[in-house]
Amino acid sequence: MTEAVLTPGALAPEAPATGFSLERGLQALREEMDAPVASFFSSCVHCGMCATACPFYVETGDPKYTPIHKLEPMRILWENEFTLWGRLKTSVGLGRKVTDEMLEEWEPLLYDSCSMCGRCSMVCPVGNDLQYMIRKAREGMVASGHSPEGLIAASVRAVNTGSPMGLKWKTLDVQIKHVESSSGLEVPVDKQGVDYLVLLSSMEIINFPEYLEAITKIFAHAGVSWTLSQKCFEATNAGIQIGSKDIAAVLVQRVVGAAKELGVKNVISPECGHAYTAIRWEGPNAIRQAYPFKVFHIIEVLETLRAEGRIKTEGKETDRLSMHDPCNLARKSGVIRQQRNLMDLIAEDFVDLKEHGKLQWCCGAGGGVSSNERAEELKIAAFKKKKAQIEEVEPERMVTMCATCRTQLEEGLEEFTMDIPVVGLTELIADHLVEPDEPAAAPAEETKA
Amino acid sequence: MVKSSATDTAPGSSNETTHPTPSAPEHRGPDTMTLGESLRRNGVSRRGFLKFCAATASMMALPPSMALAIAEALEQARRPSVIWLSFQECTGCTEALTRSFSPTVENLILDTISLDYHHTLQAAAGDAAEHAREQAMHANAGSYLVVVDGSLPGPKANPGYSTIAGISNYDMLMDTVKGAAAVVAVGTCATFGGLPKADPNPSGAVAVQDLIKGKPVINVSGCPPMPMVITGVLAQYLTFGKLPELDEYNRPLAFFGQSIHDRCYRRPFYDKGLFAESFDDEGAKKGWCLYRLGCKGPMTYNACATMKWNGGTSWPVESGAPCLGCSEPNFWDAGGFYEALSVPPGKSGDTLLAAGVAGAAVGAGVGLMARGKAKSAAKSHQTVTVDELEQQL
Amino acid sequence: MTSMDFLMLTKGPLFQAALAIFAIGLVVRIVEILVLGRAHNYAEPRGNAVVGGLRTLYKRFHTDAGTFKAAPFDVVVGTIWHIGFIIALLLFIPHVELIESTLGIAWPALPNPVVDAITAITLLGLMAALVHRLMHPVKRFLSTPEDYLIWAVTFLVALTGYLAYHRVINPYPLGLGLHILAAEIFLVVLPFTKLTHIFTAFIARYYNGAIFGRKGVQS
Repeated sequence: MTEAVLTPGALAPEAPATGFSLERGLQALREEMDAPVASFFSSCVHCGMCATACPFYVETGDPKYTPIHKLEPMRILWENEFTLWGRLKTSVGLGRKVTDEMLEEWEPLLYDSCSMCGRCSMVCPVGNDLQYMIRKAREGMVASGHSPEGLIAASVRAVNTGSPMGLKWKTLDVQIKHVESSSGLEVPVDKQGVDYLVLLSSMEIINFPEYLEAITKIFAHAGVSWTLSQKCFEATNAGIQIGSKDIAAVLVQRVVGAAKELGVKNVISPECGHAYTAIRWEGPNAIRQAYPFKVFHIIEVLETLRAEGRIKTEGKETDRLSMHDPCNLARKSGVIRQQRNLMDLIAEDFVDLKEHGKLQWCCGAGGGVSSNERAEELKIAAFKKKKAQIEEVEPERMVTMCATCRTQLEEGLEEFTMDIPVVGLTELIADHLVEPDEPAAAPAEETKA
Repeated sequence: MVKSSATDTAPGSSNETTHPTPSAPEHRGPDTMTLGESLRRNGVSRRGFLKFCAATASMMALPPSMALAIAEALEQARRPSVIWLSFQECTGCTEALTRSFSPTVENLILDTISLDYHHTLQAAAGDAAEHAREQAMHANAGSYLVVVDGSLPGPKANPGYSTIAGISNYDMLMDTVKGAAAVVAVGTCATFGGLPKADPNPSGAVAVQDLIKGKPVINVSGCPPMPMVITGVLAQYLTFGKLPELDEYNRPLAFFGQSIHDRCYRRPFYDKGLFAESFDDEGAKKGWCLYRLGCKGPMTYNACATMKWNGGTSWPVESGAPCLGCSEPNFWDAGGFYEALSVPPGKSGDTLLAAGVAGAAVGAGVGLMARGKAKSAAKSHQTVTVDELEQQL
Repeated sequence: MTSMDFLMLTKGPLFQAALAIFAIGLVVRIVEILVLGRAHNYAEPRGNAVVGGLRTLYKRFHTDAGTFKAAPFDVVVGTIWHIGFIIALLLFIPHVELIESTLGIAWPALPNPVVDAITAITLLGLMAALVHRLMHPVKRFLSTPEDYLIWAVTFLVALTGYLAYHRVINPYPLGLGLHILAAEIFLVVLPFTKLTHIFTAFIARYYNGAIFGRKGVQS
């Protein structure tokens, strides 16, 4: 197999803003055509199995939400231009053409009804990685001017202000002060040469400030040297969600810049699913460069600390807990065992949802759906699958490790008046740490020194 | 192959004294004699005659009660005049007929028809022979039968490939057939062209039915055809005075209505999936199905499996040889004799390889073009900027 | 044209032509896919892509419990007729002989009555699959004329084979010729329709498994 067909112009000097157009969109799609895409489109037999894996189809029953159907414009372009047979057909005027109207029609299908959860990619009998193609298809949608307003706005805010929610450092600074005063620990900022650069997500900063306090406590407890960066605190990447590797590259470059400047060896992605895939898997390809550091999800770091015996806990949660695996973390990144090991540490009565890990069901909010106001109704519809899963095992609380999932679970459960609180795993761990003055706290002194 | 099976067993079963005598004109009885009289004169008992009639009835799939009717009809039948033309042939058909087995009613029937012209069997030679033919044609105009064995160079082929007494086969056939009541093509060469017509067909051979228009042609195919089938057809013609029911190749359905496969005693092995895979393996010894050794029984229509050869002694499949499909058109060109029926003629592997290589070349070409398209799209990539996005809001 | 002429035509020149079109078409499709290539991946892998690819290549023969529950008909009927079709294609003695004469390789075959029964089940499965395609909202929505065409082409191969084996169409050379012709139509249509999934599905599965496997996920 050959390499390097696709050379994103992410690092090329900025082209003059000529505006988006159908042709530009098609050109962006052409860039995305590769051997996997060709093999996937060649193999689909319209069996419809992907629909059974899609919460948007399952909960609405509308066949237009069948995952492979969402890729129809891309398939047509592939057939017309990337197959001999298709080229022969178009040369005699046969076959459909991709039009602006078509892309407009497909915009809600590609954005509102797809969280890029990748479950369909796991069940397709011929092995089509549909999520991989949806991600690519969105490049064409952005360049043709058919991306949803909510995601455009988030992208603009992310690039212009450093946060998709428009959050500024001073807001975080208030949080930091608050955490420091309540925990009595220092929250390191812009520390050179530490082990870990910690990133956060705006949603966490606003909705779940307990996360920052939790990692502050855990890292102090385990003797981990870490820092936040004023230059780049945001881990999320709206560019990945809207489907623009150019925008994604700009945002990833900030992380890389901050990490390089501070000379860290590791970067920690917060309790956020897409932020992790954005930095861990897509980032290096967006900037077309391998990183000089490693990227971990906070759960991976905690699991490593646990395995090394650096996390000492006492007591366990006694209520019945279940867990929601974020798609981006479990199915799309292979972090599955780690969170369960951590649960065993602090939960007495943990029960997994029936389908979990790589076959878990999406909460319905990922892939930019939660930033897309137009998709609100579908987002709640898709949640019903998660709700049914939760009802099956009847937990008293849900645990997760993604702020978007957590928000969606909270909103969804509230919508259906189910009284099941949702907590972040990191906080749960922090709650059970043995008190500082014990030996485990000693290394924490070092970092402060 | 089939011919050799007949000749191989001939020494054991044939008896010199009972060999049919060449029916030279001087040995013939008066033309007015009925068949019944002729048979009795030749020492055929009533019992033997009825047995023949019963066999004929069953061959023609008639109810047993018809045996008597056949006997009665044959008793009364007039001896018809038969002109036997031999063209591009090997004499196997005549051999099979005459050397078939010890005194048979079939032989006697042949004795009792008025075989007025037959190269191999007649005593006359040269001009006398040809005169006999012309004489028979004149004397029995409109009522004689023409039997042909062998194919012949077609009207457009070089007639020199086969001539008799300086007359091309084509001219002789067309001339002789003019006054005939019907034509019986005997053997696969006459019915379908046979070996002479096999690719590349150097003599431009054609079958009799390709040339005869406006006259009934009955085909008795086989290489050689079964003697009883030849006589059976003649018997039926004599009995009912009309031609038998024919299949799509003008072969009498009574004999060619069922395939070898359907009547093969080894069929249960086929159905069970038990096959000989070589001529001397355990399966061959146990008498399993010969499909994998090239048996063409499934596509071959003939009576070998029921009537057998050499007086019911055996037949090719029984002796361990796969059916060659000799009674079917183009059997020489229908794939190797020892290749299974499902194996196509020609070099499929080479076709596949050559096409695959061509496909790889074309595929690489169009693939590189497509790849170039993706690459050039990437080269001309217009970076999506936040300003552009902002303009959309 | 007599039935034997027809058989000779289908067995001879038409077969060679169908084989050539099939091979050229299919190889073009496959090479066309592979030549497109993949962009270099700069992200540090978590798992081995090749191992993941090969694993998924095999693993997709199995259906996870949840999907089975969601689409039991698809899984059961789809599996039955696919396996039935493959058995009839590869393990019927005449076909083994044909393959041996073409490719020079052979393998043991199944007894004819077994293949016969399997073919009957396959035909029923295919009919059920068609009914399902016409009834199921997603399948009906997705289906294009091509989907029905390839169903028909597939069904006809199995049906004519079944009829030829049972010698229902007479004379036999006609029945066999029709089966061979149906198989040739199948071969010719294959590279130009989604019947290519017979081959490309394994490429797709490999890529799927490799993409996931690289990220440490067993897809």
